[in-house]
Amino acid sequence: MTTKKNILVVDDDQDILEQVALTMKAAGYNVATARGQEDAEEILLQFVPDLAIVDLMMEHMDSGFALCHHIKKLYPEVPVILLTAVSAATGLDFSARQEDASSWMRADILLDKPARPEQLRAEVKRLLRA
Amino acid sequence: MNDPEPLHLLDVLIVDDEAGMRAGAERALEGFTVALPDFRETVAFSVRSASTGAEALEELKARTPDIVLLDYKLPDMTGIDVLADAPGAADFLTIMITAFASLEVAVTATKRGAFDFLAKPFTPEELRATITKAARSIYLQRKARRLEDEKRQVRFEFIRVLAHELKSPLAAVEGYMHLMKERMKGPDMAAYDQMIDRSVTRIGGMRKLVMDLLDLTRLESGRKKRSIETVDLARSAALAADAVAAMAAEKKVEVRVDAPAALPLLADSGEVDMILSNLLSNAVKYNREGGRAVLELRPAGPGTVSVRCSDTGIGMTEEELSRLFGEFVRMKNEHTRGIDGSGLGLSILRKVVALYGGEVRVTSRYGEGSSFELTLRDAEIPAPEADPALKGA
Repeated sequence: MTTKKNILVVDDDQDILEQVALTMKAAGYNVATARGQEDAEEILLQFVPDLAIVDLMMEHMDSGFALCHHIKKLYPEVPVILLTAVSAATGLDFSARQEDASSWMRADILLDKPARPEQLRAEVKRLLRA
Repeated sequence: MNDPEPLHLLDVLIVDDEAGMRAGAERALEGFTVALPDFRETVAFSVRSASTGAEALEELKARTPDIVLLDYKLPDMTGIDVLADAPGAADFLTIMITAFASLEVAVTATKRGAFDFLAKPFTPEELRATITKAARSIYLQRKARRLEDEKRQVRFEFIRVLAHELKSPLAAVEGYMHLMKERMKGPDMAAYDQMIDRSVTRIGGMRKLVMDLLDLTRLESGRKKRSIETVDLARSAALAADAVAAMAAEKKVEVRVDAPAALPLLADSGEVDMILSNLLSNAVKYNREGGRAVLELRPAGPGTVSVRCSDTGIGMTEEELSRLFGEFVRMKNEHTRGIDGSGLGLSILRKVVALYGGEVRVTSRYGEGSSFELTLRDAEIPAPEADPALKGA
């Protein structure tokens, strides 16, 4: 019987996916990975994560939003970290109105890409403890 | 197509102290319409009037009209004064009405932005002709503004996607750096080879994107330097096949060139290489393992060559086909994961082919393969003085 917590990592960039998965595995978590929204929704049918780390911009500009919303509907208690490479230049700057955005899609936190490993570990630890 | 053209109202303000003039102008424009077939519009006019400068300014403040018929001599001020004080003067067309069309008045009024002049007394026909000219000008301006807005939007969208495409590899490489700095895989350097290889690949992709972007920009600005000479396309095709040989071997794709012994065309050899290697590398990249890529070249009349590149690859759906030539479009599905590309290749291909009077036609069947066909004609040898870049050099 393991007490390892389960983390779902979703990113369409294979490199980022591997990096986040490696960081989380090294920190002692069980990790499932998905390459996109559809992939993730399929995994969620049988895998109940304790936390999810989701890329904002995948197949579509708002895939991350939609997936985040989906996860929260299935498992309201599961914290979601959204990773964004989005900046003011794209017209989608969340830093200024982060609270607005996260209340709508109910992400627990937005992190800039690439998230530094120590930052990621700290946020995951904090959210899993809460 | 036979729908009646929509009727649009232009708001006309008549400013004249003579009641007869105002009534006459209103009558002349009542029920009058101007057909603007180029814009698929028919325009009618709603008329307001004012008898003094002060009244005119009130009307202008209440609502900005499209056209102002403005008498120069008003009881309380001149028409020029009205223009000087008018709110939103840049947003309406002014037609000055003058009894004594002195040159001085004309010059000042023009400086204030008057569009046209009508000398008093004028007939209803003269008024209508002037109004027709004004209406046409208003629609031309609107169209230009709309095009400018669209262009801005396209540019914004391009830069938005470009920024994303450049940030993704940066984030990936930066991420690997973080992991290496943390010695995430222990102290042995060999454990990091894959991270280094992936970083190099992502940086390579980024460089390709930047180079493609430069190519595209040069093509679009027409500033690309061309050196037109007789190029043997059969030889170029063989070179293009060599260039993709390594990639083809890795994917076990058979590459075949089918061309006559020699196939001369007046062309820039760099451009020809760009076309043929672009076609072949796509045919290999988007192929299945063990598939085939065939590049066929045939003479198609004097100074004309037809080119066809077909593959036995993953093919495209109708929907994918319709998006194919968009910038930064890379077909993303389970078959194309791990295929790198800038997403600009086909935009570039189409622009280069256009330099030879051709266009790229694509047929594709999902799961079976795609075929790209195009025709190249002798390029014109440019007259040296026609190149502005060479002037004064």
